[in-house]
Amino acid sequence: MTFEHSTSPLLGRLNWESLPFHEPILVATFAVVVIGGLGVLALITRYKLWGYLWKEWFTTVDHKKIGIMYMILGLIMFLRGFADAVMMRLQQAMAFGGSEGYLNAHHYDQIFTAHGVIMIFFVAMPLITGLMNYLVPLQIGARDVSFPFLNNFSFWMTTMGAVLVMASLFIGEFARTGWLAYPPLSGIGYSPGVGVDYYIWALQIAGVGTTLSGINLIATIVKMRAPGMGLMKMPVFTWTSLCANILIVASFPILTATLVLLSADRYIGTNFFTNDFGGNPMMYVNLIWIWGHPEVYILILPLFGVFSEVTSTFSGKKLFGYTSMVYATVVITILSYLVWLHHFFTMGSGASVNSFFGITTMIISIPTGAKLFNWLFTMYRGRIRFELPMMWTVAFMLTFVIGGMTGVMLAVPPADFVLHNSLFLIAHFHNVIIGGVLFGLFAAINFWWPKAFGFRLEKKWGLVSFWCWVVGFWMAFMPLYVLGFMGVTRRMRVFDDPAYQIWFVIAGVGVAVIAVGILAMLIQFAVSIIHRDKLRDETGDPWLGRTLEWATSSPPPDYNFAKTPIIHDSDAWWDMKTRGYQRPSEGFKPIHMPANTGAGFILSALSLIVGFALIWYIWWLAAAGFAALIAYAIFHTFNYRRDYYIPAETVQATEDARTQALAAAAATQG
Amino acid sequence: MSAEAHNEHAVTHEDHHGDDHDHGTYRSYLIGFGLSVVLTAIPFWLVMAGVLAPQLTGLIITGFAVVQIVVHMIFFLHMNHRSEGGWNMLALIFTLVIVVIAVAGSVWVMYHLNTNMMPVHDMQVMG
Amino acid sequence: MSHASTLNPDYVDETGRPIFHPVEEPHHSEGHSTMLGFWMYLMSDCLIFAILFAVYAVLGGNYAAGPAPKDLFDLPLVAVNTSMLLFSSITYGFAMLAMYRNKVAQTQAWLAITGLFGLCFLGIELYEFAHMIHLGATPQRSGFLSAFFILVGTHGLHVTFGCIWLVTLMIQVGQKGLIQANKRRLMCLSLFWHFLDVIWIGVFTFVYLFGMLR
Repeated sequence: MTFEHSTSPLLGRLNWESLPFHEPILVATFAVVVIGGLGVLALITRYKLWGYLWKEWFTTVDHKKIGIMYMILGLIMFLRGFADAVMMRLQQAMAFGGSEGYLNAHHYDQIFTAHGVIMIFFVAMPLITGLMNYLVPLQIGARDVSFPFLNNFSFWMTTMGAVLVMASLFIGEFARTGWLAYPPLSGIGYSPGVGVDYYIWALQIAGVGTTLSGINLIATIVKMRAPGMGLMKMPVFTWTSLCANILIVASFPILTATLVLLSADRYIGTNFFTNDFGGNPMMYVNLIWIWGHPEVYILILPLFGVFSEVTSTFSGKKLFGYTSMVYATVVITILSYLVWLHHFFTMGSGASVNSFFGITTMIISIPTGAKLFNWLFTMYRGRIRFELPMMWTVAFMLTFVIGGMTGVMLAVPPADFVLHNSLFLIAHFHNVIIGGVLFGLFAAINFWWPKAFGFRLEKKWGLVSFWCWVVGFWMAFMPLYVLGFMGVTRRMRVFDDPAYQIWFVIAGVGVAVIAVGILAMLIQFAVSIIHRDKLRDETGDPWLGRTLEWATSSPPPDYNFAKTPIIHDSDAWWDMKTRGYQRPSEGFKPIHMPANTGAGFILSALSLIVGFALIWYIWWLAAAGFAALIAYAIFHTFNYRRDYYIPAETVQATEDARTQALAAAAATQG
Repeated sequence: MSAEAHNEHAVTHEDHHGDDHDHGTYRSYLIGFGLSVVLTAIPFWLVMAGVLAPQLTGLIITGFAVVQIVVHMIFFLHMNHRSEGGWNMLALIFTLVIVVIAVAGSVWVMYHLNTNMMPVHDMQVMG
Repeated sequence: MSHASTLNPDYVDETGRPIFHPVEEPHHSEGHSTMLGFWMYLMSDCLIFAILFAVYAVLGGNYAAGPAPKDLFDLPLVAVNTSMLLFSSITYGFAMLAMYRNKVAQTQAWLAITGLFGLCFLGIELYEFAHMIHLGATPQRSGFLSAFFILVGTHGLHVTFGCIWLVTLMIQVGQKGLIQANKRRLMCLSLFWHFLDVIWIGVFTFVYLFGMLR
């Protein structure tokens, strides 16, 4: 379908035909979203929550609230991405023996593209950014990040990117190109519709947010560590976050530049990635993977930090090999820039190039292996408590090792020529991303939920979710390894050979089991919130934690720490506990804090308008929106008053309340 | 990593941390400017006058560009190993490594791609 | 598990016991991270340019039977343009020196001169672009020209934003004087401006001069 035929000065390409009335699935989804959305809006209005949401959340510069909002964004988008996965599995299990399944090609191609884009950019990225945002300042004993306003702005840019992707569901279409939109398919000749433009602008807007949040967190870690916290005394999660953010700042600009070039090809007809006039589509593939490979380490590194914290906490031991862990992380950070070509061995760069990148790829698995041994040795002779975070960690170790090994198989160029773009590859990267990133996030959510909300997550539903996820994962993805060996390529909509069907059916059942796992997790959240008084933790340290975030109350006060702690050891809080640390109860001073601002939201909303206008060729709106964006940004710089003080009395009152709560908790326990 | 020692320094001297930048003087700016003019003028002259073989010229002007970039870094951007506790320098070195990897790597990869996949001009040799 | 870690010798009291809170809260003055953060932004920007240079390096020889550098580039003009940027660099340096001595009028004057040099640079660049397009050497004509226009144009776009920023800062200095916040902003713009100079060294060497050598 093309939209070229009607471009009006007022609405560009946008007209009634852009709305997908002909797709019953989309109409039904739209109805559900509208009804659900209206319901939520009505409830917010009914309980007069708009003012509260705007003042306390949307305009907040508190890293903890921004972190939580990132997590909510990630979880909501996760449901969308998972719905796409279910639809694909269903289609592939059905479309045999002449059956076309239930999705037409136009729709199916959008679904696999959206699934990849959403899961990487709008699920994994917000979730790890949210986690880092929430934890890093607490772990280093800081009161906020270096640039609190920028933090709010970054969050809203990411959200507006997600809004654009969601809008493409009901207004127009999404890209049908696969998640990296390779040209020439993504060029204007083969993708004349709005799909690729949605893709480009959603990623560009979210990318600005990601880059700025990376800069912000690096500056925070470099500049705002508590006294005594030298680099080699930072918690491992902070270390891995530092490296992940360095990767963000040093790789997202590459994505930005590459997409700018693709946009230039599409909008003004340049010849970067075309097949005519000296363009070279393979250059796009080359560039996007220079970003793309560091990206996978951006996703996994923070979770390596999570596993380190969880393993040492629940084994009751200091992490084995802290120094080697740090060096392994740094080595991965640098090596991740030397392996990108293994994503396109089959391009034809020849033996010398392929062997170089094959070897570097195998080398990068060494530091990762070292980490795994560190975790195992931490557990060795530890008194392991199998709480939910620890169970997710063990599941990760077992799952990730398999994923890592299939990765090394793919690193061998001749093997890759057989397995390239097959379902074996799909199985491999889901094996590491679900087994590593997602399991890590679930470990983190179970681990730090009590810190964020002051009560634990309920364990029974957590166990249901855990087992469904782990079993479901293996059922859903092991068949894809088999299918990959049988030669089935990715992104296929219908199949001829009936021998494949049984494997697709097994994979489909696996996805159904995962769906139960997700449902159980949502129930776990709901049950925990309802029974929050029973699950309440007054100590602020429910797991016998080791790092500084457990030193403060749960949830922490706005200022995190009434008095800045001094660090003597890498497990700072454990060290303080063993040395008989006493909480200060008086002598508080006023605390300097950043003030809330709506500027981040407004700037991001204007960016959204510009993006939407560019997608639909509504040139006047794009120009006006861009002018407004610049004007508002300049206007915002004229505001010099961006902070306030929490009076010492307020700090005293907050800390007194905590003293009483701790005393009451101690009395009931002992 | 020696940055640890710097960090201790930074924490204890947080207050006047913003002021320990190298500001430069009229003299240093003028030296930087003079050097830049010379380092710009010579490559332009070499190319416009065509006094040397193209390949040699290319090599020389590349050298001049590198030197001029260093001059700008020192005299205009006031880079030194002390600013921001060494983190600025560390960030710069890391970035330069990535820049070299990305540019040289792309050229290398694409050159091999072109020679392997576009043999139209000497089909006979491919035989 | 025994806990044999050593104490941080900077933070113990007279009896050798650890101190867990400083007497004076560590003061993170406003903008304490700004220069570092801005430097990292510049590093990320540097990578954008690195990609554009890489694209030029790979596609720069693909003329598609269209015009080549020798048909298009006018080295004397580029030399004049380069000098505009160099002059603007030293005048910005003088503005900073005036700023450190808290001389508002002098700072403003040097900033204004810097801005004028910037505008001259942009004017010459636009003239060059217009001339090339007039000759039919449009960005659409070949891979070489696409890469040329995007690389040089992105640099020009940065200079444009630098000029807008410079005017904004002149107004703010006019309103508030050389307060700490404004000084910090001027220092950021200084980094930005000199950084663009460094990028231009790459542009005139690898695009213009190398182009004439091909």
